Amino acid sequence: MVMESNKLLEVTGLTMDFGGLRAIDQVDFSISAGEIVALIGPNGAGKTTVFNCITGIYEPTAGDVVIHAPGLAPRRINGMRANRITSLGMARTFQNIRLFPAMTVLENIMIGRHCRTSTTILDAILRTRKSVRERHETIEESYRLLAKVGLAEVANEFSANLAYGAQRRLEIARALATAPFLLLLDEPAAGMNPQETRELDELIVRIRADEQVAILLIEHDMKLVMNISDRIYVMEYGKGIAQGTPREIKENPRVIEAYLGEEVHA
Amino acid sequence: MDSEYFFELLCGGLVKGSIYALIALGYTMVYGIIQLINFAHGEIYMIGAFVAFIVSGVLTLTGYGGPTVLLLAAVIAIIYAAAYGYTLEKIAYRPLRAAPRLSPLISAIGASIFLTNYVQLAQTPDFLPFPELITDFDFMEPFSRYVSSVDLVILVVTTLTMIALTVLIKYTRVGKAMRATQQDAVMARLVGINVDRVISATFIIGSALAAIAGVLIASRTGQINSAIGFMAGIKAFTAAVLGGIGNIPGAVLGGLVLGIAETLGAGYISSAYEDVFAFGLLVLILVLRPAGLLGKAVKQKV
Repeated sequence: MVMESNKLLEVTGLTMDFGGLRAIDQVDFSISAGEIVALIGPNGAGKTTVFNCITGIYEPTAGDVVIHAPGLAPRRINGMRANRITSLGMARTFQNIRLFPAMTVLENIMIGRHCRTSTTILDAILRTRKSVRERHETIEESYRLLAKVGLAEVANEFSANLAYGAQRRLEIARALATAPFLLLLDEPAAGMNPQETRELDELIVRIRADEQVAILLIEHDMKLVMNISDRIYVMEYGKGIAQGTPREIKENPRVIEAYLGEEVHA
Repeated sequence: MDSEYFFELLCGGLVKGSIYALIALGYTMVYGIIQLINFAHGEIYMIGAFVAFIVSGVLTLTGYGGPTVLLLAAVIAIIYAAAYGYTLEKIAYRPLRAAPRLSPLISAIGASIFLTNYVQLAQTPDFLPFPELITDFDFMEPFSRYVSSVDLVILVVTTLTMIALTVLIKYTRVGKAMRATQQDAVMARLVGINVDRVISATFIIGSALAAIAGVLIASRTGQINSAIGFMAGIKAFTAAVLGGIGNIPGAVLGGLVLGIAETLGAGYISSAYEDVFAFGLLVLILVLRPAGLLGKAVKQKV
């Protein structure tokens, strides 16, 4: 009960129906400040649907999604618009990369700053002090984040021309540009080679420390998950079947049966 | 002699084309963001011309000079048209955002008919004489065979407007948000962009451009009525498709190509077939390059 006030996101009884299909059924989980929490499970278990429900892409059929933004009262965000949720401080990446392909790397990051700036057309025309200052701050912050993910040299390339691993890192940097306190990563290591995955592993841990964000990730790469997670939730067929530390999960017979035993993921 | 005639036609075509381009920009920007053909866009242009007519009529009585009156009338027309565009989107399109694509299209046609008839009832179905507010410049005297003073104003204003639009889209915060929304609306929301507001901004900017076009063309043709929006709208739509709908430089190119083709066809063959050249060209381009001159063919996802 001592750490209760540190909760950032609390999800209880989350349920999502698509027509007659129940994609998620009464899922509970939470994440506290400073944690890296993984959400794992076989393909089709409903992990990405959980992400879509808590980031405002879907409105959940039932349940509560409550976020505790630092300094603000707890808020139930079911059905809230995605851009509002982002400005409250939750950002995400996608399983399939969704950068803005016809924008440069720098612009992709700068667009992440959108909800933290307020320059209007009129400010821009009149070059008010605010607009100049905001522009400087945006560019400075964008370069800082690009340097963090090792992309500062390619700032003026079009994002579509980057190598695959670089695009993934850019997506993470863009999410960080929205200044979140909780970062959601959907299969960040998908399609990466072992070397890239190791670097990603370090990057995620470094981001948590430097940017003061908690991280919730969906991942199939068990080595990555076991290495960096503080806690793990396991889903199967839309239901939560287990939770615990990496060690507990590795030894949980239900998980082994449902997941690790049935299909081996490298 | 012959080349002189050609040059004369070319200048006329450029002027006409730049007006088409201004209106086409509104079509293409809206299409780029919400994949809707805003068929009521031509009516926004008509309303812009009407407001300018009314305002300039009142202001002329106060004794201001032509250019001052025109400038004030244009500013008020822009504000009015922008308000109409904003409201139109709120009432006719936003409630249908999640509906099948055909529904907002039908709503757009309905809005177009409504606005035409509304102006016809509230004002008049007759042609009204638009005052000559742009007086001939002395320095244009030697060139007046090719380009009248009004034409010069039109070319200068459209060029400046397009430069301003380019700067807005490329470098401002709103412009970035518009490009992001165009490329991936869901992702735009997820990086914190208020997509609804971006859509409103798009309608406001597009309508303002249409109002500028309305004021300019009314000053050139010298008359307006409640039905001018229809043909102008269809032509500008053609221009947008010609250049590749959703593509901003494409709309400008399409407008110019259309204007020049029309004027050349009318000048060398017969002015009775002016519209035939315009739409014939559209058919030709669609057969040869279905995505338009600058449009990219939609990539098939594998």
